[in-house]
Amino acid sequence: MNMQGWAEIALTIGLAVGLGWPLGIYMSRIWQGQSTWLDPVLRPVEGAFYRLAGVDRNQGQGWLAYTFSFLAFSAVAFLFLYAILRLQGHLPLNPGGFAGMSPDLAFNTAISFVTNTDWQFYSGESAASNMTQMAGLTVQNFASAAAGIAVAAALARAFAANRGSTIGNFWTDITRIALYILAPLSIVIALALCALGVPQTLLGHVDAHTLEGAKQSIALGPIASQEAIKQLGTNGGGFFNANSAHPFENPGAFSNLIEEVIMNMLGFACVVAFGRVVGLRKEARALVIVMAVMVSGAAAAIYAAETQPTPALVAAHVQTTPNMEGKEVRFGAPSTAVFAAMTTGASDGAVNGMHESFTPLGGGMAMFMIQLAEMLPGGVGSGLYGMIVMAIVAVFVAGLMVGRTPEYLGKKIEAREIQLSMLAFLILTTSILGFASVAVILPTALKTVSTTGPHGLSEALYAYTSATGNNGSAFAGLSVSPYWNVTMGIAMWLGRFGYAVPVLAIAGGLVTKPKLEPTAGTLPTHGALFVGLLIGVILILGGLQYFPAQALGPIVEHFQMLAATSAH
Amino acid sequence: MLRHFRPAIVMMALFTLILGLAYPLAITGIADVLFGDQAAGSLVRDRAGAVIGSSLIAQGFARPEYLHPRPSAAGKGWDPMNSGGSNLGPMDKKLIDRVATDTAALRAENRGAVIPADAVTTSGSGLDPDVSPENARMQAPRIAASRGIPLEVVEALIGSHEQEPLLGFIGQPRINVLAVNRALDARYLVAQPKGR
Repeated sequence: MNMQGWAEIALTIGLAVGLGWPLGIYMSRIWQGQSTWLDPVLRPVEGAFYRLAGVDRNQGQGWLAYTFSFLAFSAVAFLFLYAILRLQGHLPLNPGGFAGMSPDLAFNTAISFVTNTDWQFYSGESAASNMTQMAGLTVQNFASAAAGIAVAAALARAFAANRGSTIGNFWTDITRIALYILAPLSIVIALALCALGVPQTLLGHVDAHTLEGAKQSIALGPIASQEAIKQLGTNGGGFFNANSAHPFENPGAFSNLIEEVIMNMLGFACVVAFGRVVGLRKEARALVIVMAVMVSGAAAAIYAAETQPTPALVAAHVQTTPNMEGKEVRFGAPSTAVFAAMTTGASDGAVNGMHESFTPLGGGMAMFMIQLAEMLPGGVGSGLYGMIVMAIVAVFVAGLMVGRTPEYLGKKIEAREIQLSMLAFLILTTSILGFASVAVILPTALKTVSTTGPHGLSEALYAYTSATGNNGSAFAGLSVSPYWNVTMGIAMWLGRFGYAVPVLAIAGGLVTKPKLEPTAGTLPTHGALFVGLLIGVILILGGLQYFPAQALGPIVEHFQMLAATSAH
Repeated sequence: MLRHFRPAIVMMALFTLILGLAYPLAITGIADVLFGDQAAGSLVRDRAGAVIGSSLIAQGFARPEYLHPRPSAAGKGWDPMNSGGSNLGPMDKKLIDRVATDTAALRAENRGAVIPADAVTTSGSGLDPDVSPENARMQAPRIAASRGIPLEVVEALIGSHEQEPLLGFIGQPRINVLAVNRALDARYLVAQPKGR
């Protein structure tokens, strides 16, 4: 560890918060249907979307209608992508001549991208055509991100309303979010990445004859356009198998900084936008602080873990740190650590180093960030609504202590809100621990786990953690099989809709409630006390649920590693 | 529920047209004009114009007169059609054995040198185009001896290829292997005796 490393980590997270702020102000205008400076160009396009889709932009939806629209959109997205994946062998823009994916792999991949998870059981360079990458995966990167932000916008309107009835219109939300936020930012970022070396071509590969006379086929494709939205929309599905560790996805320190910053930027922006829509900016600031503090803590922990001596290097009597297995020279320990914290805190799931080769505590910390339910700052939109659920639980806990009906942001928090919050939360836990427990005793599942012992447990636990958390990063030694394709597909589905639908139900209940003015008995939800309370609730809930499993995986392995390195 | 499907299908079709086709194709067109070299993959060509690799992608080097890249877990080594890391955990015996074997080989090739961590570990992509400055300097005596040129010349050439971190603290110092090897070949083109 050194000062340069700490400075890099601080700068990276600071930039994500700093850029998220103005973007959040802009985003609040999009959520509220207000005019922007992009209107002259985009207003006609937006209008065309509504005309063709038969949508009345002024018609608000109740929470059930909003939910049905969200589910219908996701179902159609799944069918579109599933069809493209199965049929890619017959579609154009397939320079590598790749065949269609098998039904179980296409099922897994389609759910994966529709739920903003982007777990990859295929290698992009050897299994996905350029048509699939563009018209299939890139589209879902936009669509799933827009849908997640839409749910957050609906929740914001529910908190802002005073005895209202509707929470917005899903179709105008996704259209405006995609056209006014995601598309313009993606264009700028894609061109910036391209200038820094990320290829953008319709060629499949070029053949080179190396200096030593060998033949080398170099995979290429429309990478920059996908890389931009992959990070911006917290998707994380790489063009290549190696994801952002691949020099074509992430050629250097500057591209890496951009990719890190943009994968947390919109997560923070959603919170800022929420605060402005609800009209309680200080409360939103408290949530931003909680997120920033916790993701910084995770980055620091992983950085410290990845600069510990590892057994292989100690035994061979070479330079013992940092742990460079699975890391790129241009990134080293600090860039890889902060990337890992931000990608697992954000449900992005891109990696610029291999998490499976991290030290036990480094990999365990990455997994724990996902287990804290993906809201630090979380996926775009989903992070905000995850954090609001946690804040509801926190005010409930505080209410129990003083014996008052809790309020949050001017809305009474009653039995229905708490039940729905806990339902959302328990669906995640059940999926993660349930699927992982079955996998580690089922021979069919264990066949494709790459190793035994605590590390094997970590690999299986990480897989369902990542799937349910809609993260998508992996302990990538796990190899593909129909069992994992199907069960992880179900876990991803549960993690997305098992959380978002209760949140929309909460929004539906809150919107009809009167907006209360704070009284002397209201717990202030903007100060240091609340920040501390919320961090405590997040850590205790996450810790209670997952500490036993973590203890059998990463923590045991950590002590084994200490024993192995101190023996020399 | 069914009335939600018309907008869903139309919206998804429009997303596909505008964000799945128009957007990437437009970026492809603009990138080709503005950043043609990068967009095509930062390809490196010889004097005759034949592609010898990409400056961003590692290629295998085994001969003693060349700077060697890091070990690679991509396919059978440095295979851009199969990017990826070893995915071996820190306690994995396969990793411990592999590092031991590679270290012994490196000690034999580069006598008496301290071996840096990146020289015996595989990268995440398997295509890491760089080595650390310590790794490059460790190999300098071998390169100098096999090319029959003074050690200081090789060290100076390696030093001139060192890329510093952005603003001094973002990323790590690194040396592009292919760039060094092309410079070596360009400057010392006269066939040197290749014996050790």
